[in-house]
Amino acid sequence: MSVSQPITVTVNGDRKTAEVEPRLLLVHFLRETLRLTGTHIGCDTTHCGACTVLVEGVPVKSCTMLAVQADGQQVTTVEALAAGGTLHPIQAAFKQEHGLQCGFCTPGMMLTSIALLQEKPDPTDEDIRWALSGNICRCTGYMNIVKAVRSAAAQMKAAAAVPAATAAARS
Amino acid sequence: MAVETPLKGNIGDSIRRKEDDRFIRGRGNYVDDIALPGMLHMAIHRSPFAHARIKSIKTEAAQAVPGVVAVVTGALLAQHKLAWMPTLSGDTQAVLATDKVRFQGQEVACVVATDPYVARDAAALVEVDYEVLPAVVTPQQALEPDAPLIRDEKDGQTNNHIYHWEAGDKAKTDEAFAKADRVVSLDTFYPRCHPSPLETCGIVADVNSATGHATLYMTSQAPHAHRTLFAIVAGLPEQNIRIISPDIGGGFGNKVPIYPGYVVATAASLLIGKPVKWVEDRSENLISTGFARDFHMSGEMALSNDGRILGLRVKLLSDNGAFYADAQPTKFRAGLFHIVTGSYDVAAAHVEADGAYTNKAPGGVAYRCSFRVTEASYLIERLVESAALEMKMDPADIRLKNFIKPEQFPYMSATGFEYDSGDYPRAMQVALDKLGYQSLRQEQAEKRKKGELMGIGVASFTEVVGAGPGKHYDIAGLRMFDSAELRVHPTGKAILKLGVKSQGQGHETTFAQIVTEELGIPAADVEVQEGDTDNTPYGLGTYASRSTPVGGAATAMVSRKLRDKAKRIAAHLLEASDADIEFDQGKFFVRGSPAKSKTIQDVAFAAYTNLPDGMEAGLEGVTYYDPPNMTFPFGTYLVVVDIDRGTGQVKVRRMVAVDDCGVRINPMIVEGQIHGGLTEGFGIAFMQLITFDEEGNCLGSNFTDYLLPTSWETPRFEMGETVTPSPHHPIGAKGVGESATVGSPAAFVNAVIDAVAHLGITNIDMPVTSDKVWAALHEKGAAE
Amino acid sequence: MLPAPFEYHAPNTMDEALGLLDELGEDAKVLAGGQSLIPLLKLRFASPAHLVDINKIKDLDFLEERDGMLRVGPLFRHKSAERSSLLASRYQVMADAAPQIADPIIRNRGTIAGSVAHADPSGDWGTVLLALDADLVLRSRSATRTVKAREFFSGPFSTALQPTEILSEIRIPAARPQTGGAYLKLERKVGDFATVAVAVHLQMEDGKVGSAGIGLTAVGPQNIKAGQAEAALRGASLDDTTIKEAAALAAEAAEPTADQRGSVEYKRNVVRVFTERGLKRAYERARGGG
Ligand SMILES: Cc1cc2nc3c(=O)[nH]c(=O)nc-3n(C[C@H](O)[C@H](O)[C@H](O)COP(=O)(O)OP(=O)(O)OC[C@H]3O[C@@H](n4cnc5c(N)ncnc54)[C@H](O)[C@@H]3O)c2cc1C
Ligand code: FES
Ligand code: FES
Repeated sequence: MSVSQPITVTVNGDRKTAEVEPRLLLVHFLRETLRLTGTHIGCDTTHCGACTVLVEGVPVKSCTMLAVQADGQQVTTVEALAAGGTLHPIQAAFKQEHGLQCGFCTPGMMLTSIALLQEKPDPTDEDIRWALSGNICRCTGYMNIVKAVRSAAAQMKAAAAVPAATAAARS
Repeated sequence: MAVETPLKGNIGDSIRRKEDDRFIRGRGNYVDDIALPGMLHMAIHRSPFAHARIKSIKTEAAQAVPGVVAVVTGALLAQHKLAWMPTLSGDTQAVLATDKVRFQGQEVACVVATDPYVARDAAALVEVDYEVLPAVVTPQQALEPDAPLIRDEKDGQTNNHIYHWEAGDKAKTDEAFAKADRVVSLDTFYPRCHPSPLETCGIVADVNSATGHATLYMTSQAPHAHRTLFAIVAGLPEQNIRIISPDIGGGFGNKVPIYPGYVVATAASLLIGKPVKWVEDRSENLISTGFARDFHMSGEMALSNDGRILGLRVKLLSDNGAFYADAQPTKFRAGLFHIVTGSYDVAAAHVEADGAYTNKAPGGVAYRCSFRVTEASYLIERLVESAALEMKMDPADIRLKNFIKPEQFPYMSATGFEYDSGDYPRAMQVALDKLGYQSLRQEQAEKRKKGELMGIGVASFTEVVGAGPGKHYDIAGLRMFDSAELRVHPTGKAILKLGVKSQGQGHETTFAQIVTEELGIPAADVEVQEGDTDNTPYGLGTYASRSTPVGGAATAMVSRKLRDKAKRIAAHLLEASDADIEFDQGKFFVRGSPAKSKTIQDVAFAAYTNLPDGMEAGLEGVTYYDPPNMTFPFGTYLVVVDIDRGTGQVKVRRMVAVDDCGVRINPMIVEGQIHGGLTEGFGIAFMQLITFDEEGNCLGSNFTDYLLPTSWETPRFEMGETVTPSPHHPIGAKGVGESATVGSPAAFVNAVIDAVAHLGITNIDMPVTSDKVWAALHEKGAAE
Repeated sequence: MLPAPFEYHAPNTMDEALGLLDELGEDAKVLAGGQSLIPLLKLRFASPAHLVDINKIKDLDFLEERDGMLRVGPLFRHKSAERSSLLASRYQVMADAAPQIADPIIRNRGTIAGSVAHADPSGDWGTVLLALDADLVLRSRSATRTVKAREFFSGPFSTALQPTEILSEIRIPAARPQTGGAYLKLERKVGDFATVAVAVHLQMEDGKVGSAGIGLTAVGPQNIKAGQAEAALRGASLDDTTIKEAAALAAEAAEPTADQRGSVEYKRNVVRVFTERGLKRAYERARGGG
C-alpha cells in the first residue's frame, strides 16, 4: 500500500476531507468513502459512462480520474440534482418520457445531459445523440432518453423565460 | 411538465413508472451499493489458459498481503463437497478448478480481504503451475474422433458430445422434400454473444455463524429458484436461506444462472463469519458468465413452384462450452428451437440437434430470448429470404403467401406448438404502409442503376413465451408456474408480492395496473414487492418474457379471487344477495341500481370491521398460476440500409417495427421494451461478438472489443402496433420483453442481403461488419 | 480492475515538474488527461512507481497562432479542439479529427499532447500532426529540443521522448490562404479506435498543389506519413488521375496487419478510398467550399 494523502473535495456543495491512497479512483471515493452510491460502475475500460459525474461542471468518467486529482475541485453527482426536494427538470423529464428502465445508466445520462443543455440550451436530436454517445444504455434503446433531454430543454427554456425571482426560487 | 398524469392506471394507461422516483435521485439499491458492517471483499484469480492441467496452486504470497483474511481454493471447497455444483441443464460445473481448467477465465482461487484493492493485489499473487493442454474451440473440432477430452472427470464421458435431440416428424418431412419442386438451403452461424447488462453480477453473502441464517443479496433474476438450488448445492436448510435480489441493473438472461463467485462468497462468509462482497469486473462478466447463442445451423426448405413452403429440415450443432449449463426447460435440450417454422403454415418439419463441449465459458443463457427462439427465428427468416431470392419473389409477398392465416388459430405447428392467436398479414401490412414499401423499392431500383447499394429487409417473427405449463416445462425439476400474493389493507391500499423479479421492466407499475383493472384500486395505492424470498411467494423468476404471461396472469387471478370475496362483503353491506352484485371500475352495486354502491375501499374496510357471519376476516390471497399454454407474440420488422462500396459500411437509414403482444397493459412501457430489444438486436446483427483465437483466448473480454451500440449508431425506430389478444391469458396479454431482440437481427441482415443479392451474395453471417461486407463485394468484383 | 499502488505528485510549475522527472527518471510517468494512462493503470498494464500530474500547472492549456506557428499547449484538450473556430476555419484536418476521438466525455479530459506522447499506432493526433508537418518541443530540466513529428514516432507506444522530458508545445506551420484539410476515420462505433483513418492537408498555389500532407492511422506499427503520395501531389493539378495515383501510393505506404477489424487487403483499400475522398474534400475546402 502506498502512503495516503489528504484531499478536500467539494462534493455537491459540501466540503469533504479524507485521507486517500493515490490509487483510489474518484468513483470509489464517491461510492465507498462518501457512500454516494448513485454513481455507478459498468466497465473497466472507460467505455460505459455509468460513472459520469461533473467535475467543475464538466462531465468526467469518474472511473478514469484519481480521487487525488479532484483535490480542491467541485464534484457534482446525481444526489445533488433534487436539491431541496424539487426534481431538476432533467430528472422530471427522464421520468415523464420513460427515459430509464433499470436505472443503472441514468445518473450518468442525466449529468451528461445537464452539461449539454448548459452549453446548448436548444439541442437537436442529433446534438443530443452525439453528446450522449459516451454513455451506454442497455435497456432503453436511447429513443426516450433523447426525448427526455429534448423535453427538459423545453422546460428549462420556459423556466428561464419566467421572471427571475421565480427562477431563483426554483434552483 | 412533470405534471403527474391523472390516469388511475387501468390497462391501456401509460402511467409514469412508480419505480423511477428512486432511480432518478440516485437512490436505487443495487447489490454493489450494499455495505454491511465488517464486510470483506472477494476477488477471483482466474485461469489464463483455455485448457490446462493444474499441477499446483501456491497461495502463500497472497495470504501474506496485509489485509488478506483468507484464500479459498478448490481443494478447500472439496473438503466441504463444494468444489463442483450442478448446472441448470443437469450437468456439473467446477466452482473452483481442482484438476484442470477448461476455459480461459475459469475460477481457480478466491482471495477475501478487508479492502477490494487489496483483494485484487493479492489475487494477482496466487501462483498456479499449469501444464497447458491443446484447446478445443469449435464444436466441429470437439466432435472429431481424436479431439482432446474436455470432461475427463465425468464418469462414462468418452468424447465431447453432450446431447442429441430431435423434434418434428422425420418421415413426413422427408416425404415433403421428395415432392418439392425446389429446395433452398442456408448454412449459417449465430455467433456467441453476451447479454452484458450495464450492471455486472455480484453478491453480498451474509452468513450468521451463530444462527446458521444466510442472507444473500444477489443479482438474481430468479431468487426463489436460486434459494432452492443453493439449499441443494450448499446443503443449507432452505428455511435458513434468504435471497434478496435488490434493484437489478439489467439482466437479459445474464443473471439467471448461479455462478461460482456466488457460491464461494457464501462459503467464505460461512467459514469466516463475516459478510463477503463479490462484484465482477466487466471483463470477468464477459469471459466467464452466461454467454448466449453459439449455434451452427443448417436449414433446408422445400418449396413448390408457386412459392409455397412444403417442409423444413434443420440440423443444429451447439457449442455449449466446458460445462453444459444452458438455462432452459429440462426436457428440451435445444430449448424451444423447434418453434423454427415461425409464422408460416408448414406441414412438415424436422429438427435434429447435437451439442458439444468446448474449451469456452459455459452459459447458454437465453439472452433476451425465450430459450433459443432467437436462433430459430433468425434461421427461418433468413431462409425465407433465401427462398424469395431463389423464387424471384418479393420478400413481403412470399411471406404473405405462406403465413398461417388468421382463421387457422389456434394453430398446431408441425413440431407440436399450439399457437394461441395471431394476425400476421395485418401486422405486415401496417409495417409496409408505415415504411412506404413500394416507393422505397422504386428508389432501390433507381439507385441500383447508378451502382448504389440500398436494401430493404423484412422479418416477420413469431415468438413463443411464457413457459409453462408446468407439466411440460420445468427448470431443474421446478415447474414453471408463477405466483402473486395480494393483500388489501383496511384503508383500501394494497401490497402485491410476486415470484418474478424486475430488472428494469417496470413491474412495480405494470403489475399494479393489473390490480387496478381487476379491483379498481388506483395503481398509486398498490405497492409491488419482489425479490425477497422471505417476503414473496415462490416463483420461477423473470426471463424468457414470462413475467406478464405467467406472473401477470397470477396477479389477475388473485385479484379476481379477492374480487369474489369482496362481492360477498359488498352484498352484505348493500343487503343484497351475492348473485345480484355487479362490479365496475372499483364499485360494487346491486344490478340495476348503480347509484347505490360501495367502493372497493369501503369493502376492504368492511373485510376487517364488518363481515357477514361465518366469513373469514381479511382481504388477502395468493395464486399460483400454471399457464395452460404459452403465448405467441409476433410482428413485422422492416429495415432500410445503404452500403458504402468503398468501406463496406452499412448505414441503417430507417427501421419500422410493428409488434403485436396482445393487450398492452402500459403502452409506454411496452414501447420502451421494444426500443431496448431492437437496439440489442441491432448490436447483435452488427457488432456484439464474443470470439476466440485457436488457443481459446477470448477476444471479446471488455468493451474495447465487445462492442455495444451507443446513441449515435443506434437507429431511430418508427413504431407501429396491432393487438391480437391471447385467448387463454386472463387479460389477453403476451410477453414483449424480447420480441425485438428475437425478430430484429434477421431484419437487419436481410436488408444487407437485399442490397447485395443481385451481385450474387446470398449470406453474410453476423455480426455483419464492414470488412465482411466489403470482402463479399470485393469477391464479386463490386467493391469500390 | 484497480490500479497497483504508486506515489502521486502534483507540481504547480513546469520547473517543479521537470525537476521531479529528472529525479525520478524511469520510475515516473507524466499524467495529463489520464484517458490513456489511467485505463492502463487499472488493467495493470502499466505500474509506474510515481505519477507526476501536470494539471495543476498554470498556462498549459493554450492554442494560439503566433510568429507563423500554430502553438498547442500540453493541456489543450480534445474538447477544446472540437469547439475551436480557429481550427474549423483554418486547420480543418484538426477540426475534423477532434470530434472523432474517443467519446465526448473522454474528450473533456484527454489532451492532444498526451495522445501524441502516448503514440498509440491507432491514435489519431499523431497522424494529423504528420500531415501538418508539425514540430514537437520536448523540454527537460536541462534542455529544450525540437523534433519533427516524422522523427518523433519510433514504433508502437514509443517515441523520441525521454523519461525526463515533457512535450511542452506542438508547433504547426501557420495555415496560409488556400489550405484545406480533412480527416476520415473508419470506426466501428463511437468510442472505438480507428480501423483505418487518413489525414489530408493541402496547400494550393495558383491552382496547383503547393504542398500536401497525408497521414495514416492504425495501418502500421506507428502513425505513418505517406511521403511518396505527398511527393506525387506536389506541383500537380488535382485531377482525378492525380488523386487516384496519390491514393494508390498512400495505400502502398500502409503496412496493416489483419485482425478482428479486417484483413490487410481491406484496410489497404480503405486507405486508398479515404485518401481519394480526403483529397477531394480538402481540395473543396481549399477552394473555399465545404
Ligand atoms: C475508450 C477510449 C477510446 C479512445 N479512443 C481514442 C481514439 O479514437 N483516438 C485517439 O486518438 N485516442 C483515443 N483514446 C485515447 C485518448 O485520446 C487519450 O486522451 C489520449 O490518448 C491520451 O491523452 P491524455 O491527455 O489522456 O494522456 P494521459 O493518459 O495522461 O497520458 C498518456 C501517456 O502520455 C504521457 N504524457 C501525457 N502528456 C505528456 C506530455 N505533455 N509530455 C510527456 N508525456 C506525456 C503519459 O505519461 C502517458 O504515458 C481513447 C481512450 C479511451 C479510454
Ligand atoms: S465505469 Fe464505465 S466508463 Fe467508468
Ligand atoms: S436504463 Fe438500464 S442501462 Fe440504461
